[in-house]
Amino acid sequence: MASLSKLSVSNSTSPAISFSSSLSASPLQWRRSAAIPARPRWRLAVVQAKIREIFMPALSSTMTEGKIVSWVKSEGDVLSKGESVVVVESDKADMDVETFYDGILAAIVVPEGETAPVGAPIGLLAETEEDIAEAKARAAQSGSKSGSSAPPKAETPAPASSTAPAAAAPTVAPVAEGPRKVVATPFAKKLAKQHKVDLNSISGSGPFGRITPEDVEKAAGIVAPKKSAVVAADPAPAAAPSPKMAGGSGGNFTEIPGSSVVPFTTMQAAVAKNMVESLSVPTFRVGYPVVTDALDALYEKVKKKGVTMTALLAKAVAMALVQHPVVNATCKDGKSFTYNSNINIAVAVAINGGLITPVLHDADKMDLYLLSQKWKELVEKARAKQLQPHEYNSGTFTLSNLGMFGVDRFDAILPPGQGAIMAVGASKPTVVADADGFFSVKSKMLVNVTADHRIIYGADLAAFLQTFSKIIQDPESLTM
Amino acid sequence: MQASVSLSTSSSSLITARSNKAVQCAAVTSATTSCNLRFCGLRIELLHFTGEHRRVRLPSRRVLPPISAALSTNGSPPQSFDYDLIIIGAGVGGHGAALHAVEKGLKTAIIEGDVMGGTCVNRGCVPSKALLAVSGRMRELQNEHHLKSFGLQVAAASYDRQGVADHANNLASKIRGNLTNSLKALGVDILTGFGSILGPHKVKYGKDSIVTAKDIIIATGSVPFVPKGIEVDGKTVITSDHALKLEFVPDWIAIVGSGYIGLEFSDVYTALGSEVTFIEALDQLMPGFDPEISKLAQRVLINPRRIDYHTGVFATKITPAKDGKPVTIELTDAKTKEPKDTLENLFESGIASKRLSMAVDAALIATGRAPYTHGLGLENINVLTRRGFIPVDECMRVIDANGKMVPHLYCIGDANGKMMLAHAASAQGISVVEQVCGRDHVLNHLSIPAACFTHPEISMVGLTEPQAREKAQEEGFEVSVAKTSFKANTKALAENEGEGLAKLIYRPDNGEILGVHIFGLHAADLIHEASNAIAMGTSIQDIKFAVHAHPTLSEVLDELYKAAKVSCESLNCLSNAN
Repeated sequence: MASLSKLSVSNSTSPAISFSSSLSASPLQWRRSAAIPARPRWRLAVVQAKIREIFMPALSSTMTEGKIVSWVKSEGDVLSKGESVVVVESDKADMDVETFYDGILAAIVVPEGETAPVGAPIGLLAETEEDIAEAKARAAQSGSKSGSSAPPKAETPAPASSTAPAAAAPTVAPVAEGPRKVVATPFAKKLAKQHKVDLNSISGSGPFGRITPEDVEKAAGIVAPKKSAVVAADPAPAAAPSPKMAGGSGGNFTEIPGSSVVPFTTMQAAVAKNMVESLSVPTFRVGYPVVTDALDALYEKVKKKGVTMTALLAKAVAMALVQHPVVNATCKDGKSFTYNSNINIAVAVAINGGLITPVLHDADKMDLYLLSQKWKELVEKARAKQLQPHEYNSGTFTLSNLGMFGVDRFDAILPPGQGAIMAVGASKPTVVADADGFFSVKSKMLVNVTADHRIIYGADLAAFLQTFSKIIQDPESLTM
Repeated sequence: MQASVSLSTSSSSLITARSNKAVQCAAVTSATTSCNLRFCGLRIELLHFTGEHRRVRLPSRRVLPPISAALSTNGSPPQSFDYDLIIIGAGVGGHGAALHAVEKGLKTAIIEGDVMGGTCVNRGCVPSKALLAVSGRMRELQNEHHLKSFGLQVAAASYDRQGVADHANNLASKIRGNLTNSLKALGVDILTGFGSILGPHKVKYGKDSIVTAKDIIIATGSVPFVPKGIEVDGKTVITSDHALKLEFVPDWIAIVGSGYIGLEFSDVYTALGSEVTFIEALDQLMPGFDPEISKLAQRVLINPRRIDYHTGVFATKITPAKDGKPVTIELTDAKTKEPKDTLENLFESGIASKRLSMAVDAALIATGRAPYTHGLGLENINVLTRRGFIPVDECMRVIDANGKMVPHLYCIGDANGKMMLAHAASAQGISVVEQVCGRDHVLNHLSIPAACFTHPEISMVGLTEPQAREKAQEEGFEVSVAKTSFKANTKALAENEGEGLAKLIYRPDNGEILGVHIFGLHAADLIHEASNAIAMGTSIQDIKFAVHAHPTLSEVLDELYKAAKVSCESLNCLSNAN
């Protein structure tokens, strides 16, 4: 039924819209993309071969061209009068177009997804089986003249399917036995049809030797456009498909077979962006060994009160920053110091598939216990991905601790907008010689600060680290 | 349908003297004695009381079971039963019946031998909706083209199979809990054990507990139907029962049967990355839907997805994956075009003309459902099932082997096979309770909507176009069809979901709605306006004046009514014609 539109025709007897067909005698001359052919159409003409053209119908008064949504019938299908053959999308709705004639759909001239002007031929209808070959030949012939991409379609045998009617064209018959030897998944079959790949020519790499969609794409020379949005941003894989076969000659990156592309999550994209931005800041690094025996002893005492090592370190850093405000400053425009009135310690946390820096606000003013409690809340929120922006982007100094993994020292990248970041390694028992030459074993922790040299100089950092080290070695002040 | 609402009340001079507000009628209905009174929906003035013969106990809302049970035993000596009503099977049908029975003041018990909630809650509609909710979101997130047209960018969507499976399982247990609690809260006795009928009024449950009731409702439901030759191992060859647990997502799954169960699962599996092959015995996919709708649905739900299909073939043999071999399926061409009445006939008439076989990772058997009536003790009351279904009349009264009605025995839901839908079972249960309480009630099955929750959804009520035309020819009336496209609906376009069609089949002479079919965004929610109109007997010329909020999807139906051309514009047209 054709009355799909808003202005639906409710009269049951109204005829369905049907394509106009014309009987045409010998060499068909149609042009796919040209405007409506001006040649006269005549009905009931005497013909040698009974081949009819199927035209793009005018489905509404305003329609000038139509898009083929889908061919309801495939090449070789037997059509009877009144049956739907093709679905056409007009400016208003999709409509089924029916045939006025019995016959066999010999060739599809305009494939699915393409557009044709009203009146242009979109397919060929043969009256008998004998005419099919001729119709196809003509379709191919005229196709090669116009150099169109459509004709190969006519030569492509209908897809292997058990539903192919017995009356289908003889060329289809051998394929009917195909499924026994060639096993292809549904999507692989669809792709093969779409890219005109002969399934018989492909050997399957899937389980039980079946042909997978990837096999077809490979045969068709397509780089799987899995996530075009992401891939498109990266210029490398945009090269022509052929270098892929050549192996290593195309693009900056060698494509290793079997690799999979997983696009960034939003968080990962944000991290990547920040990291690239950080390259514009001139940074330098200063390391310092800190003896932590006293801190460890204190930690043992306050652990049961819910104090965490992170809170202890954050508090120590904050107290050191009070004495060295320049390390807590920011260089915003490259021309000035911006001294921050608050000391907000951001602490890097790895969460599933990402990295986030919850911020302990006013860490210098808050007592250790409140700080620990606050930290727990923040971590929970971070895991649940419920951190508010001010809870992760308002840090003035960042602390990154990989000590728990046994890392003895590392080097952090300065996040944009901050003056310095401290990388904390593991605290390890070390043999130390003191001023008097006595050896002893002390727990030593290496910290490494990365800073923006536009505002923070070596001496600043050294002084800051010295203060920090003193606080750690005499940590009682942390609990006050 | 003329009378849309029938209120039954025990009336008295007392009440009539006071006022004739419907509210009061309702308050008295718990007295269970009755006289029938029907009135048309909005015309209160028609309401008048006829019965004058019984004294009413106004404040008595509490129920005295033996008395109320005995009251209506028409003429026979008063008899005492344990319950007024026993329902065998606590699925959605039994639940609906039990709730209504309590409302009507019946002392009610419900027998369940398996889990509360039956198929729908545990192995059907409910968990499948959870999976479909996931698949819908996956589709949205995977449709880059669609998202781009919104201006949205979303990085690759992926899923955790166990998480999806848990969502379905959690939903089922939640709904099961709700259902059980609602019964307990209302004082329905839940008797645990397998129920069977010993004789009139007598039911056995569990090992040897026996209870009696004045009326009995069989609501035992159905199980997945597995054609012979198919070996179900629950792992690689599965039914919907197993599939809903989503224990694995195969790369390639064959779905035998392209009805609504198969269709919904194809939606789930393709969204989760599987490829699907349908095996359909009939010549066309999606049999049972209106042909035009199924054609459009195929264009949207099958063709662009990773799905292919074999139609007109039987899966005559399916062997589960074993020893490193895949699942193998033998297909037999349905050569003959003989009349195809039932599934069973089809499978028997399959004559091997062309044998094909295919190898897949899994096969889902979705060839329909078979009634679960075995072991019910039907032989004790001389009832013979037909292909497992319990024969009933239009009022759900059970018919015995001699074609006689079995008194006080009813069968609702999948077990009677009239309309195998959860809400149909519930509606039938309510209808039975109405009758038990002495009110004539015949359920209009043509007003029961059905829905398939693919993306987009399909919904329907009443007749399909071919059915309507056949009926029209027999009864000699005209049929017209009106259609609207979702492409013309503002809300659908705002959602970028213009793909869809609504179709109204009606009588142009009196404006009666014969059927409505919708394919498109939220079709399942949209159908109720039409199904209610059919249930209430509202004609198109009346409903077309009803106002729909703008812009909403409901305007699709509004358009539909307005597109219909009814020759008679009088308001009473429909009732006059009947």
